[in-house]
Amino acid sequence: MTEEVNIIDKVTQQEYKYGFTTDIEMDTAPKGLSEDIVRFISAKKKEPEWMLEWRLKAYRHWLKLEEPHWQNFSYPKLNYQDIIFYAAPKEKIKLDSLDQVDPELLKTFEKLGISLTEQKRLTGVAVDAVFDSVSIATTFKEQLKEKGVIFCAISEAVHEHPELIKKYLGSVVPYTDNYFAALNAAVFSDGSFVYIPKGVRCPMELSTYFRINAENTGQFERTLIVADDASYVSYLEGCTAPMRDENQLHAAVVELVAHEKSEIKYSTVQNWYPGDKEGKGGIYNFVTKRGSCEGAYSKISWTQVETGSAITWKYPSCILKGDHSVGEFFSVAVTNNYQVADTGTKMIHIGKNSKSRVVSKGISAGHAHNSYRGLVKVNKNAENSRNHTQCDSMLIGNRSGAHTFPYIEINNKSSQVEHEASTSKIGEDQIFYCNQRGIGTEEAIGLIVNGFCKEVLNQLPMEFAVEAQKLLAVSLEGSVG
Amino acid sequence: MLSIKNLKAEIEGKNILNGINLEVKAGEVHAIMGPNGAGKSTLSSVLAGRTEYQVTDGSVSYFGKNLLEMSPEDRAREGVFLAFQYPVEIPGVSTVNFLRTAVNEKRKYLGLEPMEATDFLKMMREKMELVEMDKSLTSRSLNEGFSGGEKKRNEVFQMAMLEPKLTILDETDSGLDIDALRLVSNGVNKLRNKDNAFIVITHYQRLLDYIVPDFVHVLYKGRIVKSGDKELAKELEVKGYDWIKQEVEAAQ
Ligand SMILES: Nc1ncnc2c1ncn2[C@@H]1O[C@H](COP(=O)(O)OP(=O)(O)O)[C@@H](O)[C@H]1O
Ligand SMILES: [Mg+2]
Repeated sequence: MTEEVNIIDKVTQQEYKYGFTTDIEMDTAPKGLSEDIVRFISAKKKEPEWMLEWRLKAYRHWLKLEEPHWQNFSYPKLNYQDIIFYAAPKEKIKLDSLDQVDPELLKTFEKLGISLTEQKRLTGVAVDAVFDSVSIATTFKEQLKEKGVIFCAISEAVHEHPELIKKYLGSVVPYTDNYFAALNAAVFSDGSFVYIPKGVRCPMELSTYFRINAENTGQFERTLIVADDASYVSYLEGCTAPMRDENQLHAAVVELVAHEKSEIKYSTVQNWYPGDKEGKGGIYNFVTKRGSCEGAYSKISWTQVETGSAITWKYPSCILKGDHSVGEFFSVAVTNNYQVADTGTKMIHIGKNSKSRVVSKGISAGHAHNSYRGLVKVNKNAENSRNHTQCDSMLIGNRSGAHTFPYIEINNKSSQVEHEASTSKIGEDQIFYCNQRGIGTEEAIGLIVNGFCKEVLNQLPMEFAVEAQKLLAVSLEGSVG
Repeated sequence: MLSIKNLKAEIEGKNILNGINLEVKAGEVHAIMGPNGAGKSTLSSVLAGRTEYQVTDGSVSYFGKNLLEMSPEDRAREGVFLAFQYPVEIPGVSTVNFLRTAVNEKRKYLGLEPMEATDFLKMMREKMELVEMDKSLTSRSLNEGFSGGEKKRNEVFQMAMLEPKLTILDETDSGLDIDALRLVSNGVNKLRNKDNAFIVITHYQRLLDYIVPDFVHVLYKGRIVKSGDKELAKELEVKGYDWIKQEVEAAQ
């Protein structure tokens, strides 16, 4: 309608609040990828031989693979010889002492709203801060240790807990899984490691904050969370990057292992730089996230709020091996301007009476495209398993697109799979109704979008839910006039 | 308070309002009646600021200000309230949350601090009682799954919360059973005072038994073709609109 075209024509540049860069001396690998670079990264981290071997196997496998281009979007063939695979602040940091962290880095995280200094820490949340290729600091480590909880940089875990790393690294996402998983296994630099011992309920939220800073680098973090029998953990990741005209690759791998009767709640608030309003720059967010419900009655719950990145491409998934295990996926993906999201989940039912639930909310404004792609697979022996998928899309303006690709594979007659989908448009009527009550258009969109996503936002830990709500409104700023 | 002079408006090149003149003073209730398609909702939309309608001529002054130059949200903040003929649904947004936003946006515009949560809830309770609004409705998503009557009552409740100076009720009576009609009318009557004014748009005179108007106007083909007092409404009830239509055709 005339009004709507008008509004959309007035699209203005949204402010990306986190677009600043930190000026700090860096220790970087030479550009490009080779066996030498893999060895370089491994040497930087003083890794044991077995770790290097694993990386090299992954690298050699990667060389045999083709870059995937089957998605519902296109991206230029990446030149891997033009990317820097390792960049770390030069100052040598002793990980157990915050006093030795470069003040410039502390300031950076401060500016991002993440305080690492003792006095101002978020209460009830332990944070691991990752800057480009290295973990800078992990808070509340001692308090967690008392309960037997391990929360540290994965590079540290390789040294301190080799038996756990050897056992679990690559156990859910092997390096043979896909192109970017192989790449990550070869060059991953840092990320978080979490282990919750038997019967322990982790006393606080755990959180990792990822910051890309250096130019022309890729970020390849790796996160591994293991919940032993009857334990519980809630974990949240956040991320931002400076505004740059070049696209930057972020290819992470996240593996979750939930043993009998344990529960892992994994939440993401993804706010990588989305590119400018013409679609220039921004992060390619190509991520493999998968959880395995190993034991009976185990549960893995993914919640994601995806507002950033030029392209978001990921399917956080659950392999429901344990009988009565539960997998959940709650997702909000917002795309504005020329952003693209192709996201969803895979729920693989193997155990009997396993259950999964999917709630996906896609919001698309400007010229953006938002796809939900989901697989529900029920194996022959997964008797009485159930899935319910609800997939809603909301369009703002008439140049954006929403697409749904549900794949369903059922090999068991006693199982039940339901799929519901809807597409709606933020109506001019809804906006006018709000206007007529004194609520301006930007506020109105925020209100309507937050209402649309409520079911998912309700899943986020309290400390972050409010932030996420604001983020949604900001991401859509300028989507209407 | 409101002075409409020779107001003309069109949509998609089609003339809908063809020169409306209307004066509304504080404390008054004006009824606007007319057959379907006469332009009643168009008039309310133009007054509320819907930009799909192009004003081609005339002026509207509201407390001395040019209403047509104001954004829809500013009109609302200045005290113009439209009770919609078809209230929209906003899934996931509770009436409480919606109204808190609305009330605070208005306060911000007036240079006031946001209302304390406890004060706001107190005000909600008072107004709910005043218009006999069901408490359970306010925590549900705005208008979602509400019956026709509940939606209209919710409009009156919002009016009570926002304390407008000029209220336009667009066929608030349509689709209501007699009990709901009485509830809605009672609400409006309780909110009437010497400082505010109402434009009551209705197709039937039934509503006017409850909300007694000071003036009755008949709108036909985008013009006010007849004005009178509440007796005019009674006459229309008996004779229908055909005689008016004939009078207009004959005069042309
Ligand atoms: N959005 C629109 N597009 C085209 N014509 C419209 C639109 N809205 C109203 N009209 C036309 O304007 C005339 C008046 O409509 P309306 O104001 O709704 O009348 P009433 O409320 O008196 O029944 C009708 O002929 C209707 O078809
Ligand atoms: Mg009407």
